[in-house]
Amino acid sequence: MTGTVLGAPDMTRALTRIAHEILERNEGHESLVILGIPTRGVPLAHRLATRIADVEPGFDADANCGALDITMYRDDLHRQPTRAIGETTLPDAGIDGATIVLVDDVFHTGRTIRAALDAIKDLGRPRAVQLAVLVDRGHRELPIRADFVGKNLPTAKTERVDVHLEEIDGVDEVLISGTGSKGATSQDSSSPSPVSEAGA
Amino acid sequence: MRHLLDTDTLAREDAIRILDTAGQMAATQEREMRKLPTLRGRTVVNLFFEDSTRTRISFEAAAKRLSADVINFSAKGSSLSKGESLKDTALTLQAMGADAVVVRHWASGAAHRLAHSGWMHGHVLNAGDGTHQHPTQALLDAFTMRRHLVGGGKDPAATGKALEGLTFAIVGDILHSRVAGSNIPLLRTLGANVVVVAPPTLLPYGMAQRSDIAVHHTLDEAIEAHDLDGIMMLRVQRERMTGGGSGFFPSPEEYTRLFGLDGERLRRMPDHAIILHPGPMNRGLEISAEAADHPRSVIVEQVSNGVAVRMAALYLLLAGEEAPE
Amino acid sequence: MNGRAQNRAYVIEGVSLYGDTAADLVLIDGVISSLSAADAPAEAQRIDAAGLVALPGLVDLHTHLREPGREDAETIETGSRSAARGGFTAVHAMANTTPTADTAGVVEQVWSRGREVGLVDVFPVGAVTVGLNGTQLSEMGAMANSRAQVRVFSDDGKCVHDALLMRRALEYVKTFGGVVAQHAQDPRLTEGSQMNEGLVSAELGLAGWPSVAEESIIARDVLLAGHVGSRVHICHVSTAGSVEIIRWAKSKGIDVTTEVMPHHLLLTDESARGYDARFKVNPPLRTQADVDAVRAGLADGTIDIVATDHAPHPDEDKDCEWGAAAMGMIGLETALGIVQRTMVDSGALSWRDVARVMSETPARIGRDDDHGRPLEVGEPANVTLVDPQAAWTVEPSATASRSNNSPFGGIELPGRAVATFLRGAATYLDDRFEGVPA
Repeated sequence: MTGTVLGAPDMTRALTRIAHEILERNEGHESLVILGIPTRGVPLAHRLATRIADVEPGFDADANCGALDITMYRDDLHRQPTRAIGETTLPDAGIDGATIVLVDDVFHTGRTIRAALDAIKDLGRPRAVQLAVLVDRGHRELPIRADFVGKNLPTAKTERVDVHLEEIDGVDEVLISGTGSKGATSQDSSSPSPVSEAGA
Repeated sequence: MRHLLDTDTLAREDAIRILDTAGQMAATQEREMRKLPTLRGRTVVNLFFEDSTRTRISFEAAAKRLSADVINFSAKGSSLSKGESLKDTALTLQAMGADAVVVRHWASGAAHRLAHSGWMHGHVLNAGDGTHQHPTQALLDAFTMRRHLVGGGKDPAATGKALEGLTFAIVGDILHSRVAGSNIPLLRTLGANVVVVAPPTLLPYGMAQRSDIAVHHTLDEAIEAHDLDGIMMLRVQRERMTGGGSGFFPSPEEYTRLFGLDGERLRRMPDHAIILHPGPMNRGLEISAEAADHPRSVIVEQVSNGVAVRMAALYLLLAGEEAPE
Repeated sequence: MNGRAQNRAYVIEGVSLYGDTAADLVLIDGVISSLSAADAPAEAQRIDAAGLVALPGLVDLHTHLREPGREDAETIETGSRSAARGGFTAVHAMANTTPTADTAGVVEQVWSRGREVGLVDVFPVGAVTVGLNGTQLSEMGAMANSRAQVRVFSDDGKCVHDALLMRRALEYVKTFGGVVAQHAQDPRLTEGSQMNEGLVSAELGLAGWPSVAEESIIARDVLLAGHVGSRVHICHVSTAGSVEIIRWAKSKGIDVTTEVMPHHLLLTDESARGYDARFKVNPPLRTQADVDAVRAGLADGTIDIVATDHAPHPDEDKDCEWGAAAMGMIGLETALGIVQRTMVDSGALSWRDVARVMSETPARIGRDDDHGRPLEVGEPANVTLVDPQAAWTVEPSATASRSNNSPFGGIELPGRAVATFLRGAATYLDDRFEGVPA
């Protein structure tokens, strides 16, 4: 399968739904901090924060949204060319006691999130950490699951999922490319989605 | 980047990448938990053929904050008493599995030799070789300059930028200073104007003829001729300078009169100009207490920036996959 | 090839004498007996020398054989073998051995060991001052009158920097027709020096060895030689300024002779950039302008001769930091090829000129009466055959020297010596003469 799997309207709907789900799950915006994982998690986090503020005007989107770079916590540094280190920005109040919603574009092996949890541990002691992703493509390698998913996307390991965002790429879309072998596309059973699939 | 040996061969984009990375490293050092797991399992050897507690501690702190294992190897040996040879030391380090060697040596070119002789395979960081170069010092100086003069005191605002159009004076023993040896090429690479202030006896061959460097023989003349954005005072080695009938200037007093930075000279410089010194300072000789402790002095900050820059260098050399040699 | 080479008859057929005169060379009983193969006895070994150039055996006025004292670097035997392979029939062994060659006993030992090996004539150079210390004249008369018959005196490696002592030495050697060979280096101007003082040294952070430290001593010594009416020889001239001063001195009639080294004809201070200590030498490699000037000086006769300054050092003295490394490089086997590459192939010198600068004049300066003689009937059969077409790539480890500290590894040279005869005996024969016993 090759082509666009989410267009701009789908993405908007998915993010709006996730924003509502976050508020529902946490019974409001009290001590909520939205942290995006660079690169594309950061604009997604901002969009989510803005939507949350639309629903609950008491939520200060700018003050409670940030970026969490996990480069220095990765377990595969030595297998890749040297990576540039991204910026970490936290709310002025810090993250102690906060409910953090981590935001990433594609949820895959779970290693990025593992690194993010390590990074958070060094930054403070939040009350809870939740995970929101735009796309869950499966193939988890660690016992980690997402709390909020924009779209579950069964893929083959050999396939490639690219998320493009207006803020960085000039367009909102999710693309899938590469050769999928049917045998390998079976959804990893260990990662059931906790929420219903995005309407598409 | 495989090694960091000098700033002559450091490309502009690599230099900026080191400064940008150092900015991120500096940010991590403001947290409560300053240790990062990035270089776990990697071994960094501090190989010092020359005493330099400051530089060694700075590299050691940088490596430890990235969770690398640090081995300090103090190989005594001077040009007079050779002691263990560099080659044998290198073979030993290779056998111990050093991933990177931070080397300080009395011989110019020692780091280059270590990197290219085939004696060992690890990454080499030059922590000062003879009267040649000390690249991490130049990078931490550039980092400090960039933070204050480009970023308005904040690193993120300076990310990706160089030192275009800024003017810096380097004052003192240019001839023997590896700090000057690294700073001059790096500042040129980053687009800054370089003003060198020294007695003719302390200038390297051919520098006065260089068209890309302004040379002055008194500090007053340099302050008069240029709108300096920063001034770097080099340490004067008292003994070397005036001893034994072949002194480079007649007396410390005369040096201070012509080249010392004091409050009065400081007031004749632009208000925003910053004061740097690689340390340790000779207060009262090349710099007065008033200048050293002035609000525009960034000398203490240079020390903490040194750790961030060295973390960045270690990260960029060691974190990625092994590039083929 | 140990021991004195056996004399036998050789007939060298179809050779080009000095590169310009076709002839044969018949070598019998240590002399050139005829220039026609027709005169050769039936038992003479025939050597097909078509395309080869015959020169009088090369003479090196400046060689370090290291024995006695540093036999780990070179011995008289290994150095002699290297010299023979390079086309030399005589070398002058410098005095900076341990013990110093400053007494009749040491120079006789070196001389007789050279005779024993028998591959080249080893003429010991005597020290000018005791222990090369520059303070007290050595017993030069005793050395001159010894069996070694020393005529060249030098503190090479160190400069005779005391002007009064230099004056005395210049005067004193007149007694026995000797010559002082000066290592021109002002010690104060070169304290801690590592390489030529210039833009490269400034960039590399290596302490500079300024040209003026050489030139000021040369200027002083030619004036002294002129003043006392002595001859003086200047070792390893390396700078454009030195050439100028010597040109002036010669124009004033001062009896000065000078030598240039192959490495100063070919290499520049740019070679130091990799901090590879094989390029560390004293005097140091200079700039391209200096290289051009010494080539021009050699071409116009301002510089009299080429000498090697063959300076063997064991690996550990070169495979280290530049600042800790020993100065000097080996050069006996590469000298001729470098002279061909830099001077002959460019048209600056003819092969007849090469005979002058690498054999005749050095023999005359050193008073080596049997060397540097014309290739004529009745003359000593000291002959070098050169193949100017035998291009080769220098492989330092292939040398006959005990050390391999050559800076020329990987460099291509256009030609080389292929056979060397000392008093009619072959001391070196190239592979091509398979079947011809040495």
